[in-house]
Amino acid sequence: MSPLLIGIYVFALAVFVGFEIITKIPPTLHTPLMSGANAVSGITIVGALISSQHGSMEVASILGFSALVFATVNVVGGFLVTDRMLKMFKSKKGK
Amino acid sequence: MSTIVAIIYLVSSICFILGLKMLTRVQTARRGNWLSSLAMFLAVVATLLEMGVVDYKLIIAGIVLGSLIGLIMAVKVEMTSMPEMVAIFNGLGGGASALVALSVYYGEGTNTVDGAVTLYLSILIGCITFTGSLIAFGKLKGMISGNPIIFPGNQIVNLILAIAVFALVGMSIWGGGPPETVNMYAIILVGISLLLGILLVIPIGGADMPVVISLLNSYSGVAAAMAGFVLSNNVLIISGALVGASGLILTQIMCKAMNRSLANVLFGGFGAEAPAAAGGGKNADDYPTVKSCSPEEAAMIFESARDVIIVPGYGLAVAQAQHITKELADNLTKNGANVRYAIHPVAGRMPGHMNVLLAESNVPHEQLCDLDQINDDFQNADIALVLGANDVVNPAANLDKDSPIWGMPVLKCWEAKSCFVVKRSLSPGFAAIPNDLFNYQNNLMLFGDAKKILTELNHELKDLLS
Repeated sequence: MSPLLIGIYVFALAVFVGFEIITKIPPTLHTPLMSGANAVSGITIVGALISSQHGSMEVASILGFSALVFATVNVVGGFLVTDRMLKMFKSKKGK
Repeated sequence: MSTIVAIIYLVSSICFILGLKMLTRVQTARRGNWLSSLAMFLAVVATLLEMGVVDYKLIIAGIVLGSLIGLIMAVKVEMTSMPEMVAIFNGLGGGASALVALSVYYGEGTNTVDGAVTLYLSILIGCITFTGSLIAFGKLKGMISGNPIIFPGNQIVNLILAIAVFALVGMSIWGGGPPETVNMYAIILVGISLLLGILLVIPIGGADMPVVISLLNSYSGVAAAMAGFVLSNNVLIISGALVGASGLILTQIMCKAMNRSLANVLFGGFGAEAPAAAGGGKNADDYPTVKSCSPEEAAMIFESARDVIIVPGYGLAVAQAQHITKELADNLTKNGANVRYAIHPVAGRMPGHMNVLLAESNVPHEQLCDLDQINDDFQNADIALVLGANDVVNPAANLDKDSPIWGMPVLKCWEAKSCFVVKRSLSPGFAAIPNDLFNYQNNLMLFGDAKKILTELNHELKDLLS
């Protein structure tokens, strides 16, 4: 099986997992879910790390470095702001 | 890839899935978010392990710079500006994925058809997400008109651009030619994709932004997954797919709440033609039997109320009246009333936005009810208090088959014994149609700024109770 085909297998199955676990999300949590998921999409940081190491290729390294900064902002900012929001969801009992 | 790295990636993927699952319950959400960030950390560690000893200067510089910017943004942002923040982050995520693909392109290049297709797809989706999110940000921030901006032939231009994308991809894969030519194709592709992102979002009205942000959220995930295809990295594919799915679900929920199809939101330009079709809706003749009252009179009815349902809309956040609303609710509760909030899915500027705004004012989340939970309780309620909401409480959606919003799920405020609407004037909401609720016998208008009215109402109520 070609790497592309394996990738498509993994992608399709993960989409189904995603649908299954998120279908019943209560509306209260829509915004934190979105910003949390948003932070997860910063996983592209992995790609950025790899591609910031093209050594001699200057253009590629600059592109990789920009990708790294973008993705890190996405990851760090996304997780922190999600936590900030979730901290506010208190119960009556919690007070 | 060494076995140990592969195993860490697997653990990371599992943590992402579990973290996302925990985000779907209030009790576990915070831990879920931490688990996801742990997963991210693991993935980064595994990647660094795999890369071995390299020059870390650039990497550290990039991570420190990015973390600082992210930290400042996350700490500083106002909760009312969450939609803008998410829009920006979506754009950065998409942009990063496109940059990764481009970097691979200039670094190693690709010599297989599979590799080229995923590379171009990654650039395409990443760039569309990037500029589309920037436009969405501009619209939310008010830097770009919230009205749909439509020029003649808009969709034909989009179609031509889309065809050009296919042609470029085809030419660069099978056309061959010297590397300079192929490089030029890629640069043109970047340009077209960036332009497409702008053109796809700019015709969409400000009221539809919740759908657009959800969809761009999904795109940013798909872009990450595509970068995963380019690098043959499963953890990118899996987490990208999860985000893609979650964004798509939220998109569906938002579309359903607005009673529109996704195609209609994306290409309908709602709000551009509607005012003309509905005759403006600002006509005084639309409201022959509207009644208003003062906060003082309202306070007397509130004093005797046992069951109060508050219906907040985005106008509440604009007036910065969340905190005074909570104070009023507390006084009503002290007086023995059962107070709940009925939250329409599109009450804020993004999915669940209103819940976050109320949570920020310390409203316990048990009091926040969604549409399905509470809609049958209005008939038993003494008071429905509508704050800065309009279209989502329009009875026409349930009762008037000819109304443009017929079939849209609305909160049945008019079934309560008394309904109070706090509003500056009788001007229409986003749908630009008159709201028949204002004519109802049991409805009273409280004209004025929400914060001012509620402060007076609260004051009068306290006087009555003391």
